[in-house]
Amino acid sequence: MQMIVEKLKVSYGNIKALHGLDFSIAAGEIVCIIGANGAGKSTALKAISRLVPVESDTIMIFEGHDLTDYTPDRAVSKLGISHVPEGRRLFGNLTVLENLQLAAFARRDPNAIAEDMEKVFSIFPRLKERGKQMSGTLSGGEQQMLAVGRAYVTGRRMMLLDEPSMGLAPILMLSMFEALKEINRAGTTILLVEQNARLALNFAKRAYVIENGRIVLEGDSIDLLINPDVKNAYLGGQS
Amino acid sequence: MEFFLQNVINALQWGSFYALIALGYSMVYSILMLFNFTHGDIFMTGAYIGFGVATALLILTASLALPGWLLLIVTIIISMILTSFLGIIVERVGYRPLRDAPRASAAITGLMIGIILETGNLAVLGAQRLSFPALIETVTYDLGGVYFTNKKILIVGVSLLMMLMLHAFIRKSRWGMAMRAMSYDYQVVPLMGVSLNIIAPMTFAIGSALAAAAGILYGMAYPVLDPYMGILLGWKSFVAAILGGRGSILGAALAGFMLGFIEIFTAMIFPSTFRDLIAYSIILLILTFRPYGFFGQPYSTQLRL
Repeated sequence: MQMIVEKLKVSYGNIKALHGLDFSIAAGEIVCIIGANGAGKSTALKAISRLVPVESDTIMIFEGHDLTDYTPDRAVSKLGISHVPEGRRLFGNLTVLENLQLAAFARRDPNAIAEDMEKVFSIFPRLKERGKQMSGTLSGGEQQMLAVGRAYVTGRRMMLLDEPSMGLAPILMLSMFEALKEINRAGTTILLVEQNARLALNFAKRAYVIENGRIVLEGDSIDLLINPDVKNAYLGGQS
Repeated sequence: MEFFLQNVINALQWGSFYALIALGYSMVYSILMLFNFTHGDIFMTGAYIGFGVATALLILTASLALPGWLLLIVTIIISMILTSFLGIIVERVGYRPLRDAPRASAAITGLMIGIILETGNLAVLGAQRLSFPALIETVTYDLGGVYFTNKKILIVGVSLLMMLMLHAFIRKSRWGMAMRAMSYDYQVVPLMGVSLNIIAPMTFAIGSALAAAAGILYGMAYPVLDPYMGILLGWKSFVAAILGGRGSILGAALAGFMLGFIEIFTAMIFPSTFRDLIAYSIILLILTFRPYGFFGQPYSTQLRL
């Protein structure tokens, strides 16, 4: 297993957001977490990328390293855990190219960076055309491309994606997920959080379902897609 | 007309001081959303460090009889480097532990560190005022009735040069790029693998170095140093930073010069004891109509990560 998480607990003040999640991901896998708004999906990703503190008995091991010892920047630069946050959060005052360059800030090997940049431009040719444009002026689809491209250039080994389909037209959603598949084939583990459960389950091999900060169901996506409870709660009933 | 031009030069000189100091306030604000209220006293300390470096250089190189402009350049460079370390210490000791604390706590801490610098200076060097060594001879030029000195030209020239260098650094370097990113959304910067603990001290270092340069230039124009010299100048420069627009680098520089002009031209019309009263009433009036300054953005109420 590339990453093992046990008893993941997170509180915001007195409010418990996560009550102890157990999950694991093998290298090269695509795994998704589905659940309703406010179930704690984003919090789980933020805990892994170290943006929110976890409670002391939480265990998070990434490739043999104790993740709880890491700060957000070192989780990216030393371990290669890159997080595409909800709402993209691009640097709108920087150009497309600068956004990508900043993501490579902590890396030292110029050849490897150039290689990753080329890969990003081959997956998302639009970003190359828009290189000198301020990222704040991009369309929604292009912004999502840049957010993913940026995460790619950090030297990711695992990519955490928070609602990559949000705000995208259906056609763009599909091409975004095609791009993510290509990134996965090139050797990046993907952990995805989605409200669009049907899309996520068709994309990921395995899935966890969380409700109110607890995992209530887990298994292969194929099984979850036909599970009556999942169908009712997340796939819009009969299908 | 000559009188007018004369005052333009004076305004540019004072504007240079305000602008250089205001840049430090704005840079720190733009990336950390806090005003570094120690900054005026960092300017003061920079002036004293400049005094120390210049004095030491004069003694050490007495036998070589080096030209004054060379000593001045070396003094500015060494003092900027030394003062930048002061900025790094202030960030590390005063502000980093309070990064997630309410902004008022950080402001109070800043004021306290400032008082420590003032009174520490008083305790160590005593109450007598020091006079800044005249590294270069004052030469007065007469251009058709407009009198100006080589020092005034130097002060304005060095200040503009520093601002251009700062601009190039922020626009072209990777650190400058990280600073711009931080000013846009500092919470996401760590997700790019960039440590705030590199960018934040660097910003303090640059601001402090600029304040040191301002301190030395000020010492050349008004060669009397005292531990409280940074208070009024610091607050006025802070006003310039606000007037320019919180966090705006260009705004801080322009507003610094504007402040110089408002002050000098108020003094041209009114008795000099009325200068600051009227000048700052005008600025208050401007801020009433433009509360975010020239280039500032209204506070974002957007919920962050």
